[in-house]
Amino acid sequence: MSAMVRFTRVTKQYPKGVTALDEVSFTLDRGEFTFLTGPSGAGKSSILKLIFVEERPTSGEVKVIGQSSVTLTPKKIPVLRRKLGVVFQDFRLLPDRTTAENIAFALEVTGAPPKRIDPKVMRVLEQVDLLAKADARPHELSGGEQQRVAIARALVNDPVLLLADEPTGNLDERSARSILDLLCEINRAGTAVLMATHDLDLVRATSFRTLELHHGRLVFDAGTMASGATAGVPGGSST
Amino acid sequence: MRLALREALLSFRRAPMLSALSITTIAFSLFAFDLFGLVALNLRSALRQVESRVEIRAFVAEGTRADAASAAVGDVQSFPEVERVTLVSEAEALERARQELGEFEDVFDAGILPASIEVRLREGFRTPDQVREVAERLSKYDFIDDIRYGEEWVEKLYRLRTIATFVGLALGTTFALVSIIIIGSTIRMAVLARAPEIQVMRLVGATRGFIRAPFLIEGLVKGLLGGIIALGLSFVTYATLGRLVIQAEFFSVGHSLLGLLAGALIGFLGSAYSVDRHLRRVA
Repeated sequence: MSAMVRFTRVTKQYPKGVTALDEVSFTLDRGEFTFLTGPSGAGKSSILKLIFVEERPTSGEVKVIGQSSVTLTPKKIPVLRRKLGVVFQDFRLLPDRTTAENIAFALEVTGAPPKRIDPKVMRVLEQVDLLAKADARPHELSGGEQQRVAIARALVNDPVLLLADEPTGNLDERSARSILDLLCEINRAGTAVLMATHDLDLVRATSFRTLELHHGRLVFDAGTMASGATAGVPGGSST
Repeated sequence: MRLALREALLSFRRAPMLSALSITTIAFSLFAFDLFGLVALNLRSALRQVESRVEIRAFVAEGTRADAASAAVGDVQSFPEVERVTLVSEAEALERARQELGEFEDVFDAGILPASIEVRLREGFRTPDQVREVAERLSKYDFIDDIRYGEEWVEKLYRLRTIATFVGLALGTTFALVSIIIIGSTIRMAVLARAPEIQVMRLVGATRGFIRAPFLIEGLVKGLLGGIIALGLSFVTYATLGRLVIQAEFFSVGHSLLGLLAGALIGFLGSAYSVDRHLRRVA
């Protein structure tokens, strides 16, 4: 399998000399499910931000779907982002729009033909099992439901990679589990998933590959089993 | 484009208070500018009216032949600075004096007042130097006895005009800058209010142009609406003053349209600036 994401000796320093990532190298393959773990401040978010080009590396190279951080021009960033889906701990839904509108928004602002918007929205709503809440506004939904809407929005542009930054951080255990199940399902349908989390129970519940960061260094990379076919079995551990 | 238009309109519907607030702010800062403009406009036209009375009067020596004087009038008329030349005969001078100073009617006798050539200068040729220049040229005719043109008065008027122009420019610039700053900050508020939307747009891969478009339209519409309200308020002020105090002059249609265009432009550019700044900061 060809590498979809390749980090080559990536260092990220923030102003005032804070080093978030220190010479990190790894690759992610197409269709892979990968956990990114480590304590807060270890650099998990930085890796996600570098992948969807919210930030640029201080040194080293980040290559995502054939686009290198060295040569990527600002104009090409939106094009790259349309192939990625991103969800966050705080959902980031627009409070004054319904579930369906929140999802449609992602299609509208990327210039999708209006006729194709509704069917696509319905399809992802079904996928995240929220058809019944299509007209609800975010404040009428539970945390788990809001995260499902966010995931649906991330999926609606058919990304090849879904990035999830602590997607269960604001959820109770049960909702967290169901979000993880949903992500596994999405992965089985062929989308690669990179999920940052410090919830080790969730990580242990699956047999996916795990990258562990500590103080900006990659200290652990294990469980590189092909996902989809064999992985995702709860309780399994390959370490 | 349709989406941008829809989003721009939606923002008015979603945040009516904020939209109303920013339109009102824009309207009042443009209103202040408009009021200043009205004062400047009327001051200028008042000055121009006074200026148009700048006149050179050359008195013709007694016994000068009428045809010599009228030949001179023809010459003077061809000076580029001259708007109008009139020859006032002795009889006419007497008639005018009688009319203007009726109570001294019996004092005037035929032949007491000399004939004169009255020269009115074109607009733009009324500086003290230019007036003196023309007067000197007139004095070269040997049948001209004496020339008067209110030297001191012309100079004072000219100085007043220069001061008014400078003060006007300085005040006008200040007013314009203040309006732009106030309008800019209300637009920045509107942009900040929609920061979450911008964030989502960026996240899902909307292009920069796509993100900017609704804001630019919104800014343009707000600026235009603010401009219309400001113009309306100015007109009400002008009409009220006209009825109660003094008949003044209002902006011409061209000036009014220019004002509206300026409002729209400030809204548009202010939005462009604010959105770009915001995008640069979060990107």
